[in-house]
Amino acid sequence: MLKNEKAKTPVKPKQETVTKKPDTALQELQQKRERKNVLMQGNEAVALGALDAGVNFFAGYPITPSTEIAEILATELPKRGGVFVQMEDEIASICAITGASLAGAKSLTATSGPGFSLMQEGIGFAKITETPCVVVNVQRMGPSTGMPTSPAQGDIMQAKWGSHGDSPAIVLYPDSVKESYELTIRAVNLSEKYRTCVILLLDEVLGHMREAVRLPDMANVRVISRIKPTVPPHWYKHYDENQKYLSPLASYGEGYRFHVTGLTHDSHGFPTNKSSEAGEMMERLRKKISYNIRDLVQIESHQMEDAKIAIFAAGITARAAKAAIAMARFEGIKVGLLRPLTIWPFPDDAVRKMLRNVETVIVPELNQGQLIHEVQRLTKDKSESNLIALQRVNGQLITPNDILRKIKEVF
Amino acid sequence: MANIPQRIIHEYLRHDKKFPHVWCAGCSNGIVLGAIIRAIASMNLDRDDIVMVSGIGCSSRMPVYVDFNTLHTLHGRSIAYATGVKLHKPHLKVIVVTGDGDCTAIGGNHLIHAARRNIDLKVILINNNIYGMTGGQCSPTTPHDAIATTAPYGNIEPDFNVCNLAMGAGASFVARTTAFHVQEMQGIIKDAMEHPGFSLIEVISACPVIYGRLNKKGGAPQMMKEFRDNSIPLAAVDKLPPEKVEGKIVRGILRREIRPEFCAQYASLVQRVQAMGGE
Repeated sequence: MLKNEKAKTPVKPKQETVTKKPDTALQELQQKRERKNVLMQGNEAVALGALDAGVNFFAGYPITPSTEIAEILATELPKRGGVFVQMEDEIASICAITGASLAGAKSLTATSGPGFSLMQEGIGFAKITETPCVVVNVQRMGPSTGMPTSPAQGDIMQAKWGSHGDSPAIVLYPDSVKESYELTIRAVNLSEKYRTCVILLLDEVLGHMREAVRLPDMANVRVISRIKPTVPPHWYKHYDENQKYLSPLASYGEGYRFHVTGLTHDSHGFPTNKSSEAGEMMERLRKKISYNIRDLVQIESHQMEDAKIAIFAAGITARAAKAAIAMARFEGIKVGLLRPLTIWPFPDDAVRKMLRNVETVIVPELNQGQLIHEVQRLTKDKSESNLIALQRVNGQLITPNDILRKIKEVF
Repeated sequence: MANIPQRIIHEYLRHDKKFPHVWCAGCSNGIVLGAIIRAIASMNLDRDDIVMVSGIGCSSRMPVYVDFNTLHTLHGRSIAYATGVKLHKPHLKVIVVTGDGDCTAIGGNHLIHAARRNIDLKVILINNNIYGMTGGQCSPTTPHDAIATTAPYGNIEPDFNVCNLAMGAGASFVARTTAFHVQEMQGIIKDAMEHPGFSLIEVISACPVIYGRLNKKGGAPQMMKEFRDNSIPLAAVDKLPPEKVEGKIVRGILRREIRPEFCAQYASLVQRVQAMGGE
């Protein structure tokens, strides 16, 4: 679905004066906030998005620059009867949210580079066992400890390939504080719908940047929860291959007494060494994503209609690109932006269309070359000179002027 | 048709799905499984309310065979997964079955922190002093001088006293028994199930095929005899001179104390916060 299409849906009528007395403190909180613009950080928006999506279990470990998410949820979850627990490390955190999800919780954790690396095995477990959960990774610079308070977009490939073995991924990438709120809700929704671990990548600057945000009325927030089985326990298959790869999910303690294992398993969840069943399981994990590309992929197309030059960028770099485009168009240069809100699965079709319609594509990114390789993969009939890299990894952002200079170089 | 009486364990096994099991002849894991089932049966617990969680290793294969809610997780992480299950649904009885490598090497951090929190998990640690599934490597409980495939000249490291480790970390129920003392084991498991707090039961067990062979322990019966002859109940320790206690396996409930349980603490925190009016 294109972002533009989404914007066409009717705008909600102006908020009427609320006269109804709120039944709970929670509703009161929600009603209070919807009438005003609030200055908030990206991390705060993620925490509020998680709460609005129905997250009722958070396990995490402090790490810059994501810690505010844990701090806010430590304050907010107990008010709503949800669980906040600070675990002994990030490994325990991903394990605890997966366990809680199997018991029926909507669960989420938040971390940054080093913690994200530690979580990889657990992310693989959540994927192979098709257990819904969300991992927020507020990216920081460098391998290892790097620069904890500086931005980078270096985890794009890790978000897909970080766990061993083939593991299809759903990874979302916002570019504003408002969108951090929206995509957190979407991440939780997709995790519940597709029964997998969904990853939300944030840029460090986005996590800590403050913007004015008007959060939507809760009535306009679409929340998806997992489908529960309607069959009696002895009919239940934990991985029902007949349900278009989106099968119902029972929880522990509901009488279904199912088995979950990280070993290759059959449709009931029991371990198997049969190559036919192993192949089926792996195909199922792949098709669940690849058969639902239209539902999963979201892109924003900005001033692309007449563009001769396209910029392909995600997150905070796309914000800089928009400013650069405004400056370039002022000087008569036709530039547009294609921005993936879903980076995995990669928006192949939209990128192919972009490559067909423009002469040059600039890919600015805060790493030593990650997104550009995915674009390159799709440039069969184009000479490489049309694909221009703009990369920076020194803790500083790519500025609108940097992008403008590049635009003028290729114009 | 043979006249075989239905036994309690048969009611609790996924007999039509997952047998034969993977364990070697003479392995103690089946003995522990039997004791767990009989303890649960004697308490009339609803099996829908029981979750069995494990990590990786021989003992960790146990959950697949039992008709409970079962979760076979990553190496060392069973306690962390169990923490998530228990915190979200505190009314569930969560049993963790783990081994010496799974629980005290790769999973040591989770063990001590769960003990510190005093979260109501029942950890049954089957200690066979070796990594069995991968073929006989040295574990943190392999005795000094014992042979393992990764200690072919004898283990130069001291071994963990698992119960002391758990008590040091704050576990509120700690017990030790052996695979020979089946009745005692069953009783201890029942006591642990009834205890409100983090419980660790160390079961000294026999791995005749790997540990036994490498260390010339004889077969399973010889190893069982050793457990019988080389262990003393806790009650007898005070009555014996120190030289007779030295080197023996001390069996029994080493600690049972009541202190605030984590899920209960969390529930009262929620009550306190909600009473403040949501602000």
